[in-house]
Amino acid sequence: MYAQLVKSDALKSREEMSPEEQAFQERIDNGEKIEPKDWMPEGYRKTLIRQIGQHAHSEIVGQLPEGNWITRAPTLERKAILLAKVQDEAGHGLYLYSAAETLGVSRDELFEALHSGKMKYSSIFNYPTLNWADMGAVGWLVDGAAIMNQVPLQRTSFGPYSRAMIRICKEESFHQRQGYSIMMKMAFGTPEQKEMAQDSLNRFWFPALMMFGPSDKDSVHSAQSMAWKIKMNTNDELRQKFVNETVPQAEYLGLTVPDETLAWNEEKQGYDFAEPDWNEFFEVIKGNGPCNRERLEARVKAWDDGEWFRDGLNAFAEKAAARRLAASVAAE
Amino acid sequence: MSDQIAASGAPQDPFVSDAALKPAFFEWLCRMGDNALVLGHRTSEWCGHGPVLEEDIALANTALDLIGHTQMWLGLAGEVEDEGRDADKLAYLRDAFKFRNVLLVELPKGDMAVTVMREFLFDAYHHLLLSWLAENSNSPRVAEIAAKALKEVSYHLERASDLVVRLGDGTPESHRRMQDALDLLWPYTGEMFEGDALDTAVAEAGIAPQPEDLKADWEASVQEILDEATLKAPETAGFFHKGGKQGRHTEHLGYILAEMQFLQRAYPGASW
Repeated sequence: MYAQLVKSDALKSREEMSPEEQAFQERIDNGEKIEPKDWMPEGYRKTLIRQIGQHAHSEIVGQLPEGNWITRAPTLERKAILLAKVQDEAGHGLYLYSAAETLGVSRDELFEALHSGKMKYSSIFNYPTLNWADMGAVGWLVDGAAIMNQVPLQRTSFGPYSRAMIRICKEESFHQRQGYSIMMKMAFGTPEQKEMAQDSLNRFWFPALMMFGPSDKDSVHSAQSMAWKIKMNTNDELRQKFVNETVPQAEYLGLTVPDETLAWNEEKQGYDFAEPDWNEFFEVIKGNGPCNRERLEARVKAWDDGEWFRDGLNAFAEKAAARRLAASVAAE
Repeated sequence: MSDQIAASGAPQDPFVSDAALKPAFFEWLCRMGDNALVLGHRTSEWCGHGPVLEEDIALANTALDLIGHTQMWLGLAGEVEDEGRDADKLAYLRDAFKFRNVLLVELPKGDMAVTVMREFLFDAYHHLLLSWLAENSNSPRVAEIAAKALKEVSYHLERASDLVVRLGDGTPESHRRMQDALDLLWPYTGEMFEGDALDTAVAEAGIAPQPEDLKADWEASVQEILDEATLKAPETAGFFHKGGKQGRHTEHLGYILAEMQFLQRAYPGASW
């Protein structure tokens, strides 16, 4: 979700596994947590770096569409809540980069991979936020979709990732509630506010469904990630769960989900719904979404403009260390 | 917000309903609230664009604190005025000439050097003022708000002072940028210490100090940090920019308000 199309290894059968790999798989099957210093297959480590890194990047790029409305928030309280929320996202980025560091990759290396386009972030953040109701829709739909994936990931096999997810989930459910609270104000507000709410749902519905990624029922990559408990559910399972939970919430708001084929299916006890346009999804992943260029430019600019600042702090730290050393030598 | 304070058992405060003092007290509270609001706005512009993730978080946190202070000061201002305006109405429905913040806080955020230096110069003043108010104000409501804000501003000042020293004494480039920022901002610092009749009225009631009385302590504490940072305040021969406290602003404030007030202005009366 915040991690999409994460490349993994092909699933290995028991017979193909080395004795170490077999023992490793048994630990996972027994529900044990893998810690950074434990032996792990190289594929497990690399897949986790890709996934956690992509998730971390999504958190910090995800600051931008909401940050877009901080200076225009309509009340002091809404401004404070939005600031706190976007600050939480930066904090999630921090936990996740730290979790990735335990696998032997530095934050700077991951930034470099983001800035050069080698690593991706979630497709959803390449869509613009165009009216205030989007602050509601992002919390309600985008954080709502993220939670579908992140709640099960609290049980993921890699200890630091699991612990980061536990902290993140607490904040994400608050984010989703605040998003829905904005949607309620808008949907039950003036006719113009309701129009903004509907416009927002129209634009975010399908991009939110895309967050789960294309159907992965035939994907060998997903199968290996699931065996490793890095991925806990299939994309389709999570998308279905999301639709089932979200449609009644939209009905409560009096808003129309922009899908004429949407219908309750008694037999499967879930909604039938239209697939998003997967061509659009792949275009966005390739860099052709409405905001890909702006989002990446903003991140690269922040990093480049901040170089002197980081260098200044590092230079001072070196000078201070040298002064301390000189003082201790003089004292001897 | 004013309702929340009242409901949470705010202390009795005869100044809040003092008719003779009302015009001065209201304007003084707007000065406090507007400084926090406008500086909070400028600080929040960094959100998602900071030079390093920890700094991004710290800046958002600082902005959040300042918005909280705004709610308290403007909430009380609305109570004192007693014409049905709450903190939101004061923040979102006054035009620039009704704003009472000092010019220093409305200047564009610039680079991180300007942002850090401004925060330092303002925090050093803000901290002295809030300390005085928390300890000495005859108005229990003012003292209560100041005590709450002071906890956060103490941390803002500590963080800003530390960054000024480290960046001033960092690389040649960070030193140059910090010196440029100091040169740019210094002529805007005098306004914080120039009182007018309104300040005198509030000072005579024992609500707040005379701004001039804070100047020597401010200069001493700022000088100490600038020395450590190897930075030098420019010679201005007593000249400084002023007018914000009386509602004569730079051209920048109008754009801040155009952005900040857009939704309230475009959809009057809506509830958000």
